[in-house]
Amino acid sequence: MTPQTAEAINTFSKELALHAYRQMVRIRMFEEQVNELYTRALMPGLAHLYSGEEAIAVGICEALKKEDYVTSTHRGHGHCLAKGATPNLMFAELLGKEAGYCHGKGGSMHIADPATGNLGANAIVGGSMGIATGAAFSAKYLNNGLVAVCFFGEGALGQGLLYEVLNIAQLWKLPVIYVCENNLYNEYTHYSETTAGDICARATAFGVKAESVDGQDVQAVYSKAKQLIDAARAGDGPAFLLCNTYRYTGHHVGDINRDYYRTKQEEQEWKTRRDPILLHGERLLQEGLTDKATLDALESEVREEMKAAVEFAIAAPYPALEEVEMHVYA
Amino acid sequence: MPETTDRELTFAQAVREALAEEMRHDSRVCILGEDVAEAGTPFKVLSGLVEEFGTNRVFDTPISEAGFTGIAVGAAMTGIRPVVDIMFGDFLTLTMDQMVNQAAKIHYMSGGKWKVPMVLRTTLGASRRSAAQHSQSLHAWLCHVPGLKVVIPSTPADAKGLLKTAIRDENPIIFFEDKMMHHKLKGLVPTGEYTIPLGVADIKRVGKDITLVATSSMVQVALGAADMLAEIGISAEVVDPRTLWPLDEKTLIDSAKKTSRAIVIDEGYGRYGVTSELASVISEGAFYDLDGPVLRMGAMHVPIPFSPPLEDLTVPTEKMLFDAAKKLCSKS
Repeated sequence: MTPQTAEAINTFSKELALHAYRQMVRIRMFEEQVNELYTRALMPGLAHLYSGEEAIAVGICEALKKEDYVTSTHRGHGHCLAKGATPNLMFAELLGKEAGYCHGKGGSMHIADPATGNLGANAIVGGSMGIATGAAFSAKYLNNGLVAVCFFGEGALGQGLLYEVLNIAQLWKLPVIYVCENNLYNEYTHYSETTAGDICARATAFGVKAESVDGQDVQAVYSKAKQLIDAARAGDGPAFLLCNTYRYTGHHVGDINRDYYRTKQEEQEWKTRRDPILLHGERLLQEGLTDKATLDALESEVREEMKAAVEFAIAAPYPALEEVEMHVYA
Repeated sequence: MPETTDRELTFAQAVREALAEEMRHDSRVCILGEDVAEAGTPFKVLSGLVEEFGTNRVFDTPISEAGFTGIAVGAAMTGIRPVVDIMFGDFLTLTMDQMVNQAAKIHYMSGGKWKVPMVLRTTLGASRRSAAQHSQSLHAWLCHVPGLKVVIPSTPADAKGLLKTAIRDENPIIFFEDKMMHHKLKGLVPTGEYTIPLGVADIKRVGKDITLVATSSMVQVALGAADMLAEIGISAEVVDPRTLWPLDEKTLIDSAKKTSRAIVIDEGYGRYGVTSELASVISEGAFYDLDGPVLRMGAMHVPIPFSPPLEDLTVPTEKMLFDAAKKLCSKS
């Protein structure tokens, strides 16, 4: 589980550094299995992969307590895992099985888990910004010391809700961090075609402090997140963190022919030179925190974990048909 | 309901009393909306609450309906019980993603793991000469969405008892108040603690010849029409569903079976609206006992006009209902 970090803001303990590496590998391998399930036609619906962006979910969530809140996006598997969800129940949800987090009624785009503070992934772009801000509102109202993180992609910068809640969050000094994952593409369109002006200026216009960070560097994300989260918890109000990153695959798994909006060369460069797992692994080796054999063993372990989780999900039964009318009302 | 009905309150006073009692009863209950604190809303429904509970319980928001409704959704999920005030029902349009895609879906999509115990209070009704963007009755929209409950009281006593129940409910609830009733409509309200369950219709007047199913402001119209009908020897029963979802189908059907005739009247648009649904429920449930078709009366299918004589044409009146009821009774 997430180690509670008491060390100085800008340093990763050895334990945390290794844990962050494992978490990123778990997300990558989870998504590899999702891709396989989808292409084998075992998974219904849509699959939006997070591969390439792992350092953000892990860097942010390692700086949170288990009880802190997150809201997520349609590309939400990474946030969910990083916040502490169990792959077995996630895969079961992806396949629409009873054992899934939502009894198979949410699917890939809607996994929610109160046990880890996960208020839910959201299939409306920008749709969870109110919910995250509301969780911060309740944290302040109840004075329980919790913080909410709202993950969203740069495509959500076009949604007006963001500006409504930034305004209110700053007025009321709510403990919420808006984490913008700029993976460069709003679905199939480069963000420069959709996004006028400066991204961080959107937040600073409301007096909300805004920072940007290399979203491929888990340690950098963690350090920034830790500062902003600790400040929010202490009563400083909201913050905005722009994480610059890249989406390795298409908008969804079926988005195969991407030549009309980006080049294979661009993808290749990010994968080979800017990969968050490779970068962090190199750092671990350079700093002597681990060795290659240990990392290889870790990857094998995680691969087995994910394979076993998929097998669990495939073997799990579908919900009883009576489930269809359950949970419409509480 | 207790028998002690020793006070006459306006509709607004009854709403305010319900909120005050629930806020005293549960510190998690708070109010969010535009001009809800010192101003007590432009309709002065909430006057006095901020004086008792302070600005830490009664929150003046920016004019930002999607924002503060969304905040209420997240707040409700995480341990408090917000009551949102949407000044005019027309502005529901601005909250629709938060209510329809978020609040209504979260319990289901999470497999029952998250709950959204919030109440959104808003208004309906024309005849304030406010033109087409401040006069609509859009409650049918919300009834169409599974996961939401829709409450539409017609008297001060009902408003108080139903609002208290709504605040204690674990689901997202839309509570519609007719803006013409806030200060004009008075009624006896019990002094003691009471609540009214959702999904229980109320027979506002007992009759035997025709059933008039009426909602919100149209209950007074139906009672007026029933008086007129009585003068010509027709005994009309007035049934108020009080909540549109959950809906007390049985009381509606039983009344229509008893009287053998029914007219449904609601201030929402007549087409594809609440009256269509209620008429279908009665037709399906009481068809073999009916002596004629179930008639519907709603607002005209036009944007509500500004000019007083034009606006007055759009809303059903006692005379229109009287004429329709008389005709229906004479045919069968």
